Amino acid sequence: MRIRTKPHEIVERALELSTADGCVVIADEESSANLRWAGNALTTNGVTRGRTLTVIATVNGKEGTASGVVSRSAVTAEELEPLVRAAEAAARGAGPAEDAQPLVTGTPASPGFTDGPAETSSAVFTDFAPALGEAFARARAGGRELYGFAHHTMVSTYVGTSTGLRLRHDQPTGTLEVNAKSPDRSRSAWAGRYTRDFKDVDPTALDAELAVRLGWAERKIDLPAGRYETILPPTAVADLLIYQMWSAAARDAAEGRTVFSKPGGGTRVGERLSGLPLTLRSDPAAPGLESAPFVIAHSSGDDASAFDNGLPVPATEWISGGELARLTTTRHSAALTGLPTAPGFGNLILDAGGEKSLEEMVAATERGLLLTCLWYIREVDPATLLLTGLTRDGVYLVENGQVVGAVNNFRFNESPVDLLSRASEAGRTEKTLPREWNDYFTRTAMPALRIPDFNMSSVSQGV
Amino acid sequence: MIVATDPHHGRTSVPHSIDAAFAALPLRALADAALARARALGSDHADFRLERIRSASWRQRDARPSGGSDTTDLGYAVRVVHGGSWGFASGVDLTMDGAAKVASQAVAMAQLSAKVIKAAGSDERVELADEPVHEDRTWVSAYEVNPFEVADEEKAALLADFSARLLRADGVAHVDASLLAVHENKFYADTAGTVTTQQRVRIHPELTAVAVDGTTGEFDSMRTIAPPAGRGWEYLTGTGWDWDSELERIPELLAEKMRAPSVRAGRYDLVVDPSNLWLTIHESIGHATELDRALGYEAAYAGTSFATFDQLNKLTYGSSVMNVTGDRTAPHGLATIGYDDEGVEAQSWDLVKDGTLVGYQLDRRIAKLTGLGRSNGCAYADSPGHVPVQRMANVSLQPDPGGLSTEDLIGGVERGIYVVGDRSWSIDMQRYNFQFTGQRFFRIENGKLAGQLRDVAYQATTTDFWGSMEKVGGPQTYVLGGAFNCGKAQPGQVAAVSHGCPSALFRDVNILNTTQEAGR
Repeated sequence: MRIRTKPHEIVERALELSTADGCVVIADEESSANLRWAGNALTTNGVTRGRTLTVIATVNGKEGTASGVVSRSAVTAEELEPLVRAAEAAARGAGPAEDAQPLVTGTPASPGFTDGPAETSSAVFTDFAPALGEAFARARAGGRELYGFAHHTMVSTYVGTSTGLRLRHDQPTGTLEVNAKSPDRSRSAWAGRYTRDFKDVDPTALDAELAVRLGWAERKIDLPAGRYETILPPTAVADLLIYQMWSAAARDAAEGRTVFSKPGGGTRVGERLSGLPLTLRSDPAAPGLESAPFVIAHSSGDDASAFDNGLPVPATEWISGGELARLTTTRHSAALTGLPTAPGFGNLILDAGGEKSLEEMVAATERGLLLTCLWYIREVDPATLLLTGLTRDGVYLVENGQVVGAVNNFRFNESPVDLLSRASEAGRTEKTLPREWNDYFTRTAMPALRIPDFNMSSVSQGV
Repeated sequence: MIVATDPHHGRTSVPHSIDAAFAALPLRALADAALARARALGSDHADFRLERIRSASWRQRDARPSGGSDTTDLGYAVRVVHGGSWGFASGVDLTMDGAAKVASQAVAMAQLSAKVIKAAGSDERVELADEPVHEDRTWVSAYEVNPFEVADEEKAALLADFSARLLRADGVAHVDASLLAVHENKFYADTAGTVTTQQRVRIHPELTAVAVDGTTGEFDSMRTIAPPAGRGWEYLTGTGWDWDSELERIPELLAEKMRAPSVRAGRYDLVVDPSNLWLTIHESIGHATELDRALGYEAAYAGTSFATFDQLNKLTYGSSVMNVTGDRTAPHGLATIGYDDEGVEAQSWDLVKDGTLVGYQLDRRIAKLTGLGRSNGCAYADSPGHVPVQRMANVSLQPDPGGLSTEDLIGGVERGIYVVGDRSWSIDMQRYNFQFTGQRFFRIENGKLAGQLRDVAYQATTTDFWGSMEKVGGPQTYVLGGAFNCGKAQPGQVAAVSHGCPSALFRDVNILNTTQEAGR
């Protein structure tokens, strides 16, 4: 017999079956639909539907509390009890967990906990797909090739605990990326959007935007490696700051092994990172960027604890007025470091009060580079958080406020922490899709940043 | 320290059967229901793939458990060619009705795709290269002990013991340990009549020692260079890697690294150890010779390739000592299989011969599209929820049969650097410009190692770098490296892949000082 019951019923049944000292059950119901295209034609597409049940058992012992985490997709009725027992066995085999804490209590139940999951399907593309076909036709007529991907997922997560929590969160996530190339592939441009439902994205408008950028690239300008005044667009700022936040675990900093460690001990919390009045924050209720208002941790790690499931996620300022205000902590690492509890984040917003659009920042540039996006970003040195990577799909030379042509691509070596300290201007904050990390993190709002001396380490021939 | 991982080294692997619980699933009945529905709806081709993938991690921080997970993904997928378009759908309902419904969804997606293609005025149609029918084949990878049959207590105790050995040493402030293991079962059936059932096991242990200078605030780390392998638990207990030797040396190497001088940027000859070179091969050859990428099918995401199709049999990829193969059959390789996810039998072939590009990695659609004949078996999906895409074979640099030892390669360098272990990697979207760091960099002076250097990165263009390869080492230097986490495609998929290589000597390579790059 297959389980056809509602997720909350499965959660309740798993909790009933538990014989451990504590138990957390997470049911994830996921559906997705996607379209992928290359050379003005669809290549692959698909719809998926899945359910994953995660059981976290905690077992008290003389030396501490142990935890065991076991997840299964497509769980059948007869597999439910073995799954719970497997989590309990894993807990007993693991030894005391260093992040052990009492399971969370007191978070009010979510409305709709007993309702069925939200779902997406190919219907999300009902209006978008014909518009995409029209964009292909326009691109072909205009001498452009379109490549890209549209993806929509809906995840309904149900969390129940033996301490009485009954929480539910529905997370829609849509991404649209369009890459336009000239038929000889010597020119390339990119645009991306985050969307919750594909009602606010227009592929024909993106094609028109990319046509302008391909037009800019008709004039080629070769520039050597070096340090250039550079305008980083919001998507590039998002990619850099996401990595910075992934490196912002308080415990690692307190142990002296990150860029946020203070020489001699402790962390850099309270230190000024930027001369600009930058605020870097996350807020589960941010309009258009809504994310889970409570911790959902399928396992423990450096900046997450399975024991914290259900803990409220408050709006948090990570950088306030240019000063480092918070590092990510679990309840355990907060106690270790003496810093406030600051759970991980589902969105990231940088704001410096700037009013200028990207176009206005370009218009105010005497001579500099305008990037489109960054790619293949990897950490070179954790001590400085030096990252390397490449520019991609359009580096434009700006002279006297006008784009005058496209420059070759570059490899960069830069630290986002240093960039914040050197940024001379921040533009208007706007929703943006990170290019590199959007498989993992999508909900961001960022301004463009002006960097007076961005380090272009070498020239890349890649287009 | 390098321990050879010659494919035939160590004990003979124990033959295993397909896991009984997987074999007991209604594999054929579900496939029949799905394929019958696809046929009835008029599909030209349909394939059904049911997978169960168990992935687990065990993590310790300073020898104490710090998190872990044990995840099993079970589901199935139906892919069709219908009306000249692809359609794909997946599901988890293991009933005949459920499988038929998913087949209908796949056909509906193909019809949606066809509409978009028509609206765009395109006449492109999907066709697949021929492949012999493989009826009722089973294949199991080479391993001795399934890591999932080892008690968690034993795993935790071994990781704690390894960590404790490092923590006992002076200068080691912290140790992070992790063990990843995967047990993968796949059942595949298609409308041509191929039916395959397969089982793979792979494992990746890793330990990192961290040193912190409390006064200056400086810190650094040293990670084990044992590669992930298509082996079982025996990999941690003496087969395929000498853990005792490696763990014993790390504290001393880390302490030396903390004291080491910062490199002077400039041009150096490099002897690159297999523990580092595998990743350079992966990025600059492995991905560059994926023909779907070269043709533009990854253009929007992972990028294209400088090794374009018109360059086949013409492009000078590197020096004349460069010979690279694609191989789906290497024992213990992470990309080793019996049959790919399109029912194509595993093969081995040349990619670069005497420095010239002579081959690509293919799936059935790309093979047909380019007229290259039979696919060489590079279609792979990382889960039942994902469509098979062209994924990397084990791409390996061949040793010189009579080649030198690593020590002798170093002996041929007057002023250079010996690079060991991988760390940071990045390459551009056409696979030209790359930058790599490592775990350990040793100065070479007059043919001898002369202590470690810090802050080193090497940066080059692919063909310049491989063109500067003067010598490859002998079989005694050959090691099968690799990774669990090669990313490609949209939606994103990860695949495990191995790369074998000998040590090799490169002349006049650009070395950066990473602290200078950081503006310090």
